[in-house]
Amino acid sequence: MSSPVRKDPAAPAFAIVNAGQPGDRPATPKKVPHKGGAANPSVEALRAKFGSVIGRHEVMWGDTTVFVERTKVAEVCAWLQSDPTQSYEYLSDVTAVEYRDHVRPIEVVWHIRSIKFRRFLRIKCEIPKDGKTPLEVPSVWPVWKGADWLERECYDMFGIKFAGHPDLRRILLWEDFKEGFPLRKDFPMRGRFSRSEQLKNALAADPEARYSMEEISIADAYGDLPLDMRKRLAGGEKVGE
Amino acid sequence: MGLITRPDQSVQTGSKAVSFNPVAQEGWVTTRLDFLVNWGRANSLWPMPFGTACCAIEFMASAASHFDLARFGMERMSFSPRQADVLICAGRVPFKLAPVIRRIYQQMPQPKWVISMGACASTGGMFDSYAVVQGIDTIIPVDVYVPGCPPRPEGLIYGIMMLQRKIMDERMSNTAIRDEMTPDPTSQLYIPPSRIDELSEPFGNSVHQTRSAP
Amino acid sequence: MTATRTVEVAISHQGLEPEMAGENMLINIGPQHPATHGVLRLVLELDGETVVRCIPHVGYLHCGFEKIGEYRQYNQIIPWTDREDYLNSMGNNVAFVLGAERLFGIEITERCTVLRVIAMELSRIISHLVWMGTTCIDIGAFTPFLWSFQERENVYKLLEGWTGARLTTSGTRVGGMIADVPEGWVEGLRGFLDRFPKTLDECDRMLTRNAIWVGRTVGLGVMSPQEALNYGLSGPMLRASGVDYDVRKDFPYLDYETYDFEVPVGTNGDVYDRYLVRTEELRQSVRILEQALKRLPDGPVNVDDPRVILPPKHKATSEMESMIHHFKLVMEGPRPPIGEVYVPIESPKGEKGYYFVSDGTSKPVRWRIRPPSYVNLSAIPKMVEGHLLSDVIAINASIDIVMGEIDR
Repeated sequence: MSSPVRKDPAAPAFAIVNAGQPGDRPATPKKVPHKGGAANPSVEALRAKFGSVIGRHEVMWGDTTVFVERTKVAEVCAWLQSDPTQSYEYLSDVTAVEYRDHVRPIEVVWHIRSIKFRRFLRIKCEIPKDGKTPLEVPSVWPVWKGADWLERECYDMFGIKFAGHPDLRRILLWEDFKEGFPLRKDFPMRGRFSRSEQLKNALAADPEARYSMEEISIADAYGDLPLDMRKRLAGGEKVGE
Repeated sequence: MGLITRPDQSVQTGSKAVSFNPVAQEGWVTTRLDFLVNWGRANSLWPMPFGTACCAIEFMASAASHFDLARFGMERMSFSPRQADVLICAGRVPFKLAPVIRRIYQQMPQPKWVISMGACASTGGMFDSYAVVQGIDTIIPVDVYVPGCPPRPEGLIYGIMMLQRKIMDERMSNTAIRDEMTPDPTSQLYIPPSRIDELSEPFGNSVHQTRSAP
Repeated sequence: MTATRTVEVAISHQGLEPEMAGENMLINIGPQHPATHGVLRLVLELDGETVVRCIPHVGYLHCGFEKIGEYRQYNQIIPWTDREDYLNSMGNNVAFVLGAERLFGIEITERCTVLRVIAMELSRIISHLVWMGTTCIDIGAFTPFLWSFQERENVYKLLEGWTGARLTTSGTRVGGMIADVPEGWVEGLRGFLDRFPKTLDECDRMLTRNAIWVGRTVGLGVMSPQEALNYGLSGPMLRASGVDYDVRKDFPYLDYETYDFEVPVGTNGDVYDRYLVRTEELRQSVRILEQALKRLPDGPVNVDDPRVILPPKHKATSEMESMIHHFKLVMEGPRPPIGEVYVPIESPKGEKGYYFVSDGTSKPVRWRIRPPSYVNLSAIPKMVEGHLLSDVIAINASIDIVMGEIDR
């Protein structure tokens, strides 16, 4: 680990940039139309590059949403990030939306941002709720490392698997949370179990248990693991590189 | 020791059972010693701040110079439960944290007290969701509840003064006070499970709520 | 990611003595620890005193905010935004209604815009002050904690006079604010702005050239600009690494582009630079507040839009139409058109955004919080690797995490 150490700590450490040039700065959007308006130019570039992989696009409240085929999202994102004419170097958010409508597909949403060109793009892919399509999309973790926890959270809350994520396990809830995926619409707000049942389950947990595959490899915490995880491990599941 | 007199709890006088007030039977030395010990304990409480959320910020504000918990002999935060007297649970306690606070409470030596600071710690507050314990008194015994979301530092200080009054009223002859409360061995809860479900029934019965309302 | 050993290693050893790789030690910090700023848990693998690997565990404060939001009307969600990043509650209130107003298609009034800027910058100040105080305690300086909390009390008094609450303000409504600022409030804020820079200077004198402070912060947790961007860092964390990205400048809201303020950008991306950036941001916030006070226009605070704004109380109690209107707004709630919107703001922690999806009913289908400190914290394994155990505390403090926002 070589870290640059400042020679003189008293010297001013930061350069003031961005010093008020109102002319070349964007302005607060006013009177944004509900639908319509100029689409993000990246959509056309995507169409030219990927063709039929790119589905419809819409402009709503000033933001452009573009639909991408489910299995190709990571490819598209990698291009958007690395291509110098696009330069989407910043991943804001990864999340999902399930509608109250039973038949409407679940949508996985990526919010990405180009700081260089000051662009914002919302990428979506649809996963139909037909019972046949797997709840799985490719992970964008190889493109943006920031996707790590965002994807884990999405998995935790919706049960959507991100293929290629290095360590996809529950993050906010505990590993043996038995009630399901909380942000799915069939999950009741107060959970599936009664309050006493929830309490009993929670208190049965060992606060010192380690729930990470990586940690297992460094300390033998196998005995501390919840039963279902032990079963999964015994089945030869591997997580990690 | 011989200083503490232990009268029988009741005697038969005629047909009526009369309870003795054990305090009234204690000698001068015992009551003075009680007073001295309680005075010492009440005015040098070492708090274990179990701060999770917003209330922890107000707890920090209480500890800072403006409200100054040092006036109550509480400026010595005991971040290790082994040296703490009073557990101040400041903030909401989700189920994932429930075994942790239980463990911390069990690690504290007797005598120990618990202040439940804020609506979330006391009742679950506005977080009536799948993830939050509806009141920490289902996990650990609580002495003082401080309402508010979050309580102002004055509110917390009032709760602390109430706890001090409670400590001053303790008597050594009453050994029950120091008995470790043991949870129900099967459910590990202090309150019977049926009671918990009954209490949460009007709002917390999840079977009536299957889909989010439009 | 250096995990090359697989799970089979553990399986093959069950029931036997655990085979510790080399002499590495596993140490557990948290979830209840004074230096984790809440209920964060860090599992550290140590080689001697050097961190080989860090595995953070979060979720100890997961309360289901986003789920609850699906059951609440837009105005009813505002109290939850207070309690999510509770150091910046007023800023969250504003961020929430900015998103909701875009979704409703509402343009707020001039006075409201300036008042919201004041609200946001005040909450940035109190949030950075908590950061400064607690970080100083972590690193071993107690006095700045007392000073910064004393200043926080002054801001609390202002916020309490305005909204009625110190911490959980719920100060905004869709289409306006809970109330106009009371009489004499502006003078109170002026007085605060006169005094506050002096405190800041004192803290500056106390820390910036303090040998212990410098020794414990310089060169720690370095993130290069490319790494910082790739890990999705935002706010002072990103700017300390030298990336000039501030939502207020790049994707402005609330007319921030018309204010004259500067964005400090660090060069080394270490803990010390993050401290400098945050201190400078405090000064810039004071500048913004002074300008906002100068331009604070007269006029109504709430928009004149009966779709979202309640009728005045005296009308609701005397006129039938107003009462029905009041009743319908409270019981059924305003309904936005079908659509979705993501509006980011620059919170003290970084880019915070609320993402709403509406299906035309009075409750959102999805209310998503884009939590800056959640993403910032996810880079901690990268930042602490190779540093000493005691530096983990300083690095963790420099991220300015708030667990309410991380776990939601």
